[in-house]
Amino acid sequence: MNTLLPTDEAGVVAAITAAHAAREPLAIEGRGTKRAMLRPVQAARSLSTRLLTGITLYKPSELVISARAGTPIAEIEAALAEKGQQIIAEPPDFRALFGATEGPSLGGITASNLSGPRRITWGAMRDHVLGIRAVRGDGEVFRSGGRVLKNVTGLDLCKLLCGSHGTLGVLTEITFKVLPQPEESATLAVDVADIAAGIRVLSAGLGSPYGVSGAAILLQGSAITALLRLEDFTESVAYRMARLREDLAPLGAARQLDAEQGLATWRAVRDATALGAMPDEAVWRLSLPPSAAPSACAALAGFRLMLDWGGGLIWVAGPATEAAHATVMAAAQAGSFTLFRAPDGLRSAVPVVPAEPAPLAAIAARVKAVMDPEGILNPGRIRL
Amino acid sequence: MIRLPDPKADVMARRPEIIAGLAALLPADGLITETIRMKPYETDGLPSYRQMPLAVALPRTTEEVAAVLRFCHQNGVRVIPRGAGTSLSGGALPLADAVVVGLMRMNAILEVDYADRLAVVQAGVTNIGITNAVSADGFFYAPDPSSQLACMIGGNVMMNSGGAHCLKYGVTANNLLGLKFVTIEGEVIDIGGRHLDAAGYDWLGLITGSEGQLGMVTEVTVRILRGPEGARAMLAAFDSIPVAGQAVDAIIGSGIIPVALEFMDRPCIHACEAFAHAGYPLDAEAMLIIEVEGSVAEQDALLDRIRAICAQFNPISMKVAESPEQSLAIWKGRKGAFGAVGRISPDYLCMDGTIPTGELPHVLGRITELSDKHGLKVANVFHAGDGNLHPLIMFDANDPDSFARAEKLGAEILLLCVEVGGCLTGEHGVGIEKRDLMTAQFTPGELNLQRAIKTAFDADWLLNPAKVFPLEGNPAFA
Repeated sequence: MNTLLPTDEAGVVAAITAAHAAREPLAIEGRGTKRAMLRPVQAARSLSTRLLTGITLYKPSELVISARAGTPIAEIEAALAEKGQQIIAEPPDFRALFGATEGPSLGGITASNLSGPRRITWGAMRDHVLGIRAVRGDGEVFRSGGRVLKNVTGLDLCKLLCGSHGTLGVLTEITFKVLPQPEESATLAVDVADIAAGIRVLSAGLGSPYGVSGAAILLQGSAITALLRLEDFTESVAYRMARLREDLAPLGAARQLDAEQGLATWRAVRDATALGAMPDEAVWRLSLPPSAAPSACAALAGFRLMLDWGGGLIWVAGPATEAAHATVMAAAQAGSFTLFRAPDGLRSAVPVVPAEPAPLAAIAARVKAVMDPEGILNPGRIRL
Repeated sequence: MIRLPDPKADVMARRPEIIAGLAALLPADGLITETIRMKPYETDGLPSYRQMPLAVALPRTTEEVAAVLRFCHQNGVRVIPRGAGTSLSGGALPLADAVVVGLMRMNAILEVDYADRLAVVQAGVTNIGITNAVSADGFFYAPDPSSQLACMIGGNVMMNSGGAHCLKYGVTANNLLGLKFVTIEGEVIDIGGRHLDAAGYDWLGLITGSEGQLGMVTEVTVRILRGPEGARAMLAAFDSIPVAGQAVDAIIGSGIIPVALEFMDRPCIHACEAFAHAGYPLDAEAMLIIEVEGSVAEQDALLDRIRAICAQFNPISMKVAESPEQSLAIWKGRKGAFGAVGRISPDYLCMDGTIPTGELPHVLGRITELSDKHGLKVANVFHAGDGNLHPLIMFDANDPDSFARAEKLGAEILLLCVEVGGCLTGEHGVGIEKRDLMTAQFTPGELNLQRAIKTAFDADWLLNPAKVFPLEGNPAFA
């Protein structure tokens, strides 16, 4: 595909203004690491923000950082780590899942609102975005939010753009809140008989006063393991781990993972490599209330499964067929689903996210027309 | 005074028909039309502005809200959504030709679910009412605006309310799962649900903090959190504002995120001490209240670290609470700050800008200059961790010149916040109060974009019009 590679915001404006005038659809991407996500975009050319790079502001004592949209997440994490800080939402790196050769950009992670295990306690990417600069589908630049931690001035277009997958505007710069890295991280693994028992462990952990910051279930063969993570000052983690083990003792045999094993495990949960999806399988993400997870998983017998966010996020891998998709959609009735990875044929043929009720779809169409009057930004990426 | 648009003459002329139409949709006690009984609804937490509405509707169900909105839409009648009426920015101020739709009768807690850690409540439940419903089981609803005894969750959603503890727990938008949303056409839409991060556009995020511009909310699904084992506060006083600011930077820089980190300046310390007798140091130029959470041993460890950091900045005094009672005493003055200022001045305006925290010394210095220029006293309280500044401007409402100066001073302070990289409002909302300052923060193009998003929800601009967006350049008021 022919790719437009602007090097600054003015270049993005020029490219979009020209495409708007010519009514030419553009596939919008950051570093192009998740092309097989959602629906295929019908566009002859793409526009990538990968050359819009660089951290533009970093104030560690104010817990705030700004960077251009194409900046690799890894570069931001390295800069933060120098000051003992981190991205709160623990953004995933899906290069294994999508066969990408490099990691994601800040713009891509923000536009798709992707968050890792810490999301359950500390919030999603969208919760920490403080400000954006973006270019609308008619080439106009706009800002929303700012660089301060508390801001309710005007409509929150930051949240509207987060998770809009490039269909409402092209992010050029993002400002977000960061937090200190924890001094210590520790993981408790509890062997459980079934998913319902695993959910009980996660609920007990998340309902404890110990600030659990990761709550996942791994299924390997017939073994089911519930995982709870604590992150805090060293003395706190030691104390809280002891209390947690005591509280959870009636729910199953528990062991603490060693530090390295713990880090690797949460990385595998974050990046969904622990799902073990085969290259030819489709991958779905379901978001449900955790109490609905056992029945959803029962309905998905035969699929590969992995659970995160206290059981509310279910990763599913299985045959890339319409029949399998129908089964997954039915299992997600209590919440939401995303066809996360699939061959083009399946992605074009089925709804990749749930339909919106008619009055909301009408509002969505009007909002889209405001943001992108000619419909040139990632047409069809989320819905037809 | 900020200008309100002229009432629509045709609506005023049709008042009897409109009242009759609304009466047909609501139970007998659900519509208020007598002037004397509408009196409580003529203003909100910004009492300098008052306006009697056309009528007040008090629905009890989502269906009644939908019916009222549908009727208003069909008849071109403006609507003012209202929770408890505690808005400090005039967000619930009526217009003469508008129907106030109050949510106070929708005050039921519908469900508490500890397994999924959520509560489903009607929009008229008070903020503290949610925490009260779950506190016996050790849970709480995190955002805690100062008005939490009175303010309602529906209003919190519309204003994206914060509080003293949002440095750790976030604001309203970070603690919601779902909404029952009613459009001006009377359509009822479930937004989000009982799960996190629903696929598709983040309507939940857009609606939260939209100040009644997009629709009304009748039910809210909130996340509830397990409370910490305990919490304790300490106090540290310094003889200069920049030094106290450096101490704040050093605490955050050390990797500690206190659950609350409050800053008071000298006038505020004096006002609060006179009111609450909390033992605040009267010789200090600046005082910090720092709260940490955890077990007693964890609290001790964190407070030791913080005390050691503060000690590097030559504090005048430090006091660590030795018990929950002493913590309460430390907080008593801060929580009573507004009342304390009310005691030494007949009236005050509570401002709400946010600044980059590094700008604090500069901004407080400039506020002192502005305060001298306008001849009005200002006391400052500040959520120091997140940069949310609350200057309290003291004036006398019986003196029109004093009020005019107070409004001018307030506007200049907020413009200063924008100038240093901050914003007009951190948690109170734009409302009527900051509407005409929006041009300082946004370009005309950005304001028009936000107006167009509103138009996508409310084509006729019937919902809470004349708030948030300046009237000038606004096609709806041309």
